[in-house]
Amino acid sequence: MNGFFDIPSDLQSSYLGLVSTHLQEALIPVFVGFALALPIGLLCVRVRWLYPPVLWITTVLYAIPSLAFFVVLIDYTGLSRLTVMIPLTLYSLVILVPSVVDGVRSVPEETNAAAAAMGIGLVRRYVQVQLPIAVPAIIAGLRVAAASSISLVSVGALIGNQGALGNLLTTAMLYQRPALAVNSVVTTAVLAVLVDALLVLLRKLLTPWQPPSDRKVRRTAARAADAPGATRTSPTAGAARAPEHVS
Amino acid sequence: MNVLNFIESFFTNSAHWRGYDGIPQRVWEHIQYSVAALSIAAAVGLPIGLVTGHTGRGGNALAFVSAAARALPTFGLLVLMFVWLGLGVLPVMVPLVVLAIPPILITTYEAVRTVDPSPVDAARGMGMSEGKILLQVEVPAALQLILSGLRSAAIQIVSTATIAAYVSLGGVGRYIVDGLYQRNYEKVVGGATLTAVLALLVLVVFWAVGRGAVSPGVRRRRAA
Repeated sequence: MNGFFDIPSDLQSSYLGLVSTHLQEALIPVFVGFALALPIGLLCVRVRWLYPPVLWITTVLYAIPSLAFFVVLIDYTGLSRLTVMIPLTLYSLVILVPSVVDGVRSVPEETNAAAAAMGIGLVRRYVQVQLPIAVPAIIAGLRVAAASSISLVSVGALIGNQGALGNLLTTAMLYQRPALAVNSVVTTAVLAVLVDALLVLLRKLLTPWQPPSDRKVRRTAARAADAPGATRTSPTAGAARAPEHVS
Repeated sequence: MNVLNFIESFFTNSAHWRGYDGIPQRVWEHIQYSVAALSIAAAVGLPIGLVTGHTGRGGNALAFVSAAARALPTFGLLVLMFVWLGLGVLPVMVPLVVLAIPPILITTYEAVRTVDPSPVDAARGMGMSEGKILLQVEVPAALQLILSGLRSAAIQIVSTATIAAYVSLGGVGRYIVDGLYQRNYEKVVGGATLTAVLALLVLVVFWAVGRGAVSPGVRRRRAA
């Protein structure tokens, strides 16, 4: 691969610079989306009738293609990083609210009752009892949000060099250098896989009570097939419930 | 000037409604590409998902496929295919189809696998063949989830087809890409509006299909 890491000077950035910009543009929206999803999730859990309309709004928001979002925002935020990061924050929010609500709702009633009996208040119960139990569902949502965010940053290249590693794609077209496009795709995919692995590691650290391997979980799930929550632990369960990423 | 003004002036300009670059032509192109890609993806994803879901095998392999597909950057794949295969519909169809298969596959697998086992056992006890069990018991019960998988695939295809205008595909994305190059913001915003409308149209179509195709009994139970 000749010129694989030979970044043209008009990008005004080194390879590692592009990687770090990409991670910032992709992951800051996920964090902000997560920070917003927690209070919204609490509200949806407390006020039951609020959840269906919220779900409906998120489905519609998620259907709007990112490019449409970007170009409409140009009028307000200009050709800046913010134009890319605002839609990504919304997408993350849309993925994370259902995973927080579903995760918290799957907390057993006895656990809630025990917490209430111990005199733990609403907010403390949410933060110290319900959220820790909901960690597997929340991490599943974070994995989808992070992967889709990392993939979508590249589209920002279309609105004037705001795509970090995606800029390599437009440059590859401009200078007829396919190696740069390969570089961009491979690097983005590797970043997505690394972040995904980190999130899986985080889940293992946060939920030491869970059986160590997925295989074992699935076997126990098969044995307890009558329990409605059992299917949740299958490796594809989260993927089927959470929306796949859009472009 | 406000975005709404741009939208209004774009859609009221009669020149935008005629010719090869007119709105009807571009929308029709977009629908054609999307339907073609969704059909191919469904033809591959549905049978595999149904069979693996019925037998309950291959979950780990499918989880791997979905994780790998999620890591692939859509836009990157699009440009890469274009750089490798050159101008044409094929380099665009490949990423559209490849990225639409995993949601269909995984959701179908998960939907069929999680069907309540007691009616399936009852059907088996009545002497129904495995094929009949799958088509007459499991598919109707799982239809709502299967449709939601097809819906996310369709939405993904519609939005990716927009970006594909960058690598010379027609469709409503043309307005956005051309408008950005021509510094014609009215065209850009008009294209963005059309894209959003098409995506919402997908939601409406799938909602209507769900209303019509899913048995009312199954729908009630899901809602409860």
